[in-house]
Amino acid sequence: MEFKDYYEIMGVPRDATQDEIKRAYRKLARKYHPDVSKDPDAERRFKELGEAYEVLKDPEKRAAYDRLGSGWKGGQEFRPPPGWDTGFEFSGGGFTSGDASAFSDFFESLFGHRAGFQGAARHYGFRSRGEDHFARIEIDIEDAYQGGTRTVTLQAPETTPDGHVRLRQRSLKVKIPRGIGPGQQIRLKGQGGQGVNGPAGDLYLEVRFRPHPLYRVEGRDVCLDVPVTPTEAALGARITIPTPTGPVELKIPPGSSARGRLRLKGRGLPGNPAGDFYAVLRIALPPADSEAARAAYRRLAEAVPFNPRRHMGVER
Amino acid sequence: MRKSGTIPVVTGELLDESAWLSLGELARICSLDAEYLLEMVEEGVLEPRGSEMRAWRFPPASISRVRVVVHLRRDLGVNLAGAALALDLLDEMDRLHARLRSLGYEE
Repeated sequence: MEFKDYYEIMGVPRDATQDEIKRAYRKLARKYHPDVSKDPDAERRFKELGEAYEVLKDPEKRAAYDRLGSGWKGGQEFRPPPGWDTGFEFSGGGFTSGDASAFSDFFESLFGHRAGFQGAARHYGFRSRGEDHFARIEIDIEDAYQGGTRTVTLQAPETTPDGHVRLRQRSLKVKIPRGIGPGQQIRLKGQGGQGVNGPAGDLYLEVRFRPHPLYRVEGRDVCLDVPVTPTEAALGARITIPTPTGPVELKIPPGSSARGRLRLKGRGLPGNPAGDFYAVLRIALPPADSEAARAAYRRLAEAVPFNPRRHMGVER
Repeated sequence: MRKSGTIPVVTGELLDESAWLSLGELARICSLDAEYLLEMVEEGVLEPRGSEMRAWRFPPASISRVRVVVHLRRDLGVNLAGAALALDLLDEMDRLHARLRSLGYEE
C-alpha cells in the first residue's frame, strides 16, 4: 500500500501546532468541499484531507503516526513496521465528521483495527429499513432526448460479518428516462443500503449533463450558437442547422442582430411541456484575404456610412 | 445472487414535477427529523407548496438542497443560516457560470 504524507496533504510542517493544523483544515475543507468546489478532483482531495485531519488532530494518533519517522514520502510503498503501535492506546473516540469507510488502506492498517469503524457517523438511531444512498451520474444530451442506458459504478460501505466496514464496488445499468433534465433525480427502489430485518433503502441518482461540443442545456431549453455571415443576418436567409433530433431548416429574418435568439418551439428537452430550442446568432466575418474581398469591404463602407461607436460620444 | 460478469438493468422512477414529496417522505429520504426540516423551512432553505404543514409538498430538488446543508454543517461547522447563505451563493454562482457559458466565455 502507499504511504500517505498527512503533513504534506494538509500543507503544514511536521512541527505544526494543533491550532495550525485546525486552521489549515478549516481553510482547505472550504476550498475542496465537494458541494462547493468546482475542482473536478475536489471529492478525492476532500476525502484525503479528512483522513489526514482525523490523524493529525488527535494527539494520540498523531504521535503514533510521527513514530513512523520522517523518512517516508507520499506514494511510497509502505508496510507498517512490526510492533510499531505498541504502547499506544487509541481511545477511538476521535471519529467525528469524516466518512471513515472511505479512508485509505494505509489509514486502516495503522488505526482501523483498533479505532474500528463501528462509530460510522451516518447512523441516526436504529432503523430496520436500509439507508437511502445518493450518487450523481453524468449523461449526454442525446440520452435525454432518446432515453438510454448508462452503466454506473457505485461505491457503498458494507458491513462484513466480522464487523468491519468495507467499500464495495458494484455496477448497475440504469435506464435513463426520456425527457430527464439537469438536476432531476431517478429513484431506484431497493438499490440503497441493506436493511436489518427490513427492506433495502433506495438509491437516488442525480443527473448532470456532460458538456456537449454544440449544445447547451438551460433548464429545459437547449441552445445552439449559430454562426451566420453579415449578409445572412442583414438580408435574411434559409440555412440548415443541427439539432439533437436531426438537422432542420431555419429561416433567418432580414435585419437579425448578433446574439439574436430564434426559437424552435418544443424542440428542447422532451416532456410535458417540452422545452424549446434556441438558435443564438453569432456574426462571422468573411475573411478579407483577397483583393476582391478587400474591394468589396471598401464598397460596403462607402455605400453604408456606419459608426458603431456613436453611442460612446466620440466622433469617429 | 447475480452471476458475475452480467450487470443487471434497473429501471428507476423519474422524480419530476409530478413527484412532489410530503414532509414525512422528505424526512425519511434524508434520514432527518421533521423538526430539522421545519427549521430549514423557517430559514427559507426549503419552500414547500401548500398552506398548512399536513398539505406541504416539496419539490424533488429539495433532497439535494437538504443534503448540501447537512454536509456543510457537518464538514465546515457552519450554522443553518450560514449554510442557507452558502446555498444561495452557490445557486447564484451556477447561474453566472451558465451565463458565462452562454456568452461563450467558458467551456
